[in-house]
Amino acid sequence: MADEQMNEAESGEEAGAALEHPLPEQPVLAGLFAQFADVEWRRSGEQDTAVVPKNRLRDFALAARRAGFEMLVDLTAVDYLRLRRVRFEVVVGLLSLQHNLRLRLGVPVPFDDPTVPSLVSVYPGANFFERETFDMFGIIFEDHPDLTRILLPDDWVGHPLRKDFSTGSVPVQFKSSPQVT
Amino acid sequence: MTDDPRKPVREIREVWITPDEAPDWMRHATDEGAQTMRQEESQSRLVEQTGVRVRDDYVLDDEIAEDERMIINMGPQHPSTHGVLRLQIELEGEIVRRVKPIIGYLHTGMEKTGETLTYMQGGTNVTRMDYLSPFFNELVFSLATEQLLGVEIPPRAQAIRILMTELNRTTSHLVSLATQGMDVGALSMMLYGFRERELILAFFEKTTGLRMNHNYIRPGGVAADLPDGWEDDIEEILDKIPVGVADYEDLLKANPIWEGRTRGVGVISAEECVAYGITGPPLRATGIDLDLRKTQPYSGIEQYEFDVAVGSNGDVYDRYRVRVQEIFQSLRIVREVANKMPAGDYRTDDRKVTPPPRKRINESMEALIHHFKLFTEGFKVPEGEVYAAIESPRGEIGCYIVSDGSARPYRMHIRAPSFANLQGLPIMMADSLIADSVATIASVDPVMGDVDR
Repeated sequence: MADEQMNEAESGEEAGAALEHPLPEQPVLAGLFAQFADVEWRRSGEQDTAVVPKNRLRDFALAARRAGFEMLVDLTAVDYLRLRRVRFEVVVGLLSLQHNLRLRLGVPVPFDDPTVPSLVSVYPGANFFERETFDMFGIIFEDHPDLTRILLPDDWVGHPLRKDFSTGSVPVQFKSSPQVT
Repeated sequence: MTDDPRKPVREIREVWITPDEAPDWMRHATDEGAQTMRQEESQSRLVEQTGVRVRDDYVLDDEIAEDERMIINMGPQHPSTHGVLRLQIELEGEIVRRVKPIIGYLHTGMEKTGETLTYMQGGTNVTRMDYLSPFFNELVFSLATEQLLGVEIPPRAQAIRILMTELNRTTSHLVSLATQGMDVGALSMMLYGFRERELILAFFEKTTGLRMNHNYIRPGGVAADLPDGWEDDIEEILDKIPVGVADYEDLLKANPIWEGRTRGVGVISAEECVAYGITGPPLRATGIDLDLRKTQPYSGIEQYEFDVAVGSNGDVYDRYRVRVQEIFQSLRIVREVANKMPAGDYRTDDRKVTPPPRKRINESMEALIHHFKLFTEGFKVPEGEVYAAIESPRGEIGCYIVSDGSARPYRMHIRAPSFANLQGLPIMMADSLIADSVATIASVDPVMGDVDR
C-alpha cells in the first residue's frame, strides 16, 4: 500500500507539468488529481469536489481508493433540468479513514445518454446506492450486477426524482372526484 | 416528444371515473414531463427496469440434491425484521446460502417531498425518516442548511443539540437492546428496555412537546429553550438509566444462552465493512474506531470527554457490547453538557433565519416584516451544494443539499446509515444457520423508515 502511494506520488509530479487545472494543497488530493489532467478540482466551503468525465470515472475511483479513500459513503444524483446544459450529475461521496478526508465526485451525465460506468467493481458498497439512483433518476449504471428497482415497485413507470416528474401525476383512488371541488 | 405534452398517454380514466368526461386534472394539470416520459419509455428500457439484466454468478453445487435447496421469504410481515424488511433466503437444509434483502415497502418519497418544503418546514419531513433517532435527522439537515447559510450558532444552542442527540442515542440503543433481546428469546429485555426509554421520552416530551418526530432542532438553533427544572430531569435520567442498564448486564452479559446465541454469529470482517460502506456499531464491532464525533466533530462535541467503544470480533455479541458501552459514553457526555450548559440564546439572532420573539413584533415594524417573510416564503439560502455528516446511532447519517438560491432545497438527499448497513446482511448471514438469522438482523438494527425514506 505504501509503495503504491509512493509510485503514484512520483508519477503525479511528472504529469503535473502539463496541467490546466489548479491543484489542491492537501498532499493526498494533490497526488490524486495530478494523475488526471481531465479531472477538474473544485472547492466550495470546506469541501472538495472532483468533476470527473464519465469515461474516466472508474479509473479515477480506482486511483482514489489506492490513494486512501477506502469507503464509498454515498452515491446519488441531481437533476439540473434547466440550470445546467448537461442535465444530470451523479454525485459520489468518498471517505478516507486513514487521512480523515472526504471527497465528492461529480459526474455530468447527459439526458440523451444516461449511462455511467458502475462503481460496484471498485466499491462493492455502491450496489444499493446505484440501484436507488437508477430507480429515482433512470440513470443506467453499466456493468452493474443487478440493476433493478429497489425502492419502487417493479412495474412503476417513470423516475420520480427527475424534476419533470411532478407529484400530482399519478391518480390516487381515494381522492375525491375533481367535480366536487 | 409529442405535439401536445398534456395529452394523456394511458387511458386511466375509465378505471375510476365516469367515461363521459375526462377529469379536470387531466386536462390542464400537472406535468408535462412525466407524461412525455411515459411515451419515451422504450420497451427495452422497461425490460431493464423490471430486472431482466440480472447476472447470476452463483455456482450451484451439484452434490446437493435439488430437493434440499429451498428459497423462502422472510418478511415483510415477519415480526423480527424490525418493520417491513423482506429477505429472500436460499436454504440448503438448515444452512443459509444466499440472502437478498428486498426493501421499499415503506418508501414514501421523502426526498421528493423535501424539494417542495421550505428549509423551515424541512425539519418536519426529515425527522420522520429514522423514527428511532429523530434528533439526528433534524441535526444533520440543520447543519447542512447552516453550512450553506454560513450562520453562527450560539453555544447554548449547540450544547442543547448535543444534549438531546446523545440522550436520543441512548433511547435508540435501548430499543435496539430490547428488540434484540426479544428476538433471541430474552423476553424481559423488551420490557426493561422500553421502561428505561420511557424516562427519556418523557423529558423529550417536556422539552419539545412530542415523544417522537420533534422538529426541535431547526436551522439556526433549536425551537425552544430547555424547560424549567430540566436539571432535575437530567439528574433523574443519569441516576436511573445506568441502574437499569446494569440490570441488562446481569441479565445478558455472562448469560450462557445469550452468549451461545450471539458469539461467533453473524460475523463480518473489517475489510468487508469498509468495502460495503457499513458504519456505526457494526463497523466499530470489527475493531475500527471510526466515530464521526471524534474524527469530524460537529456542534462542539469535541469539547466533551468520551471514549469510542470498539469490539474485535465483528459478531453479534460485539455489536451488542458496543451499544451498551455507547449508552454509558453518551450518558457521560450528557452529564458533562448538563454541568457546563452555557447561558445565552438558544437560537441565532440572525432575523433572516429565525423568527423574532413575539414581543418584538408588537414594537417593531421590521420584526413584523421578518416574521411575515419567514412564515410565508421562508428564508433564502445561497446557491451551492453541501454534504454534512454526523454519527447517528446506526452509523454515518449524511445530508446532501443542493440549493439554487431559493427558499426550498433544489435537491435534498439523506445518506441513510441503515440503507448502507443492510448491504452487510448477506455477508453476515451467508453459510450460517437459519436460526441465527433473526439475531443477525437485530444486531444490524435497521430502521426501515431510514432505509426506505
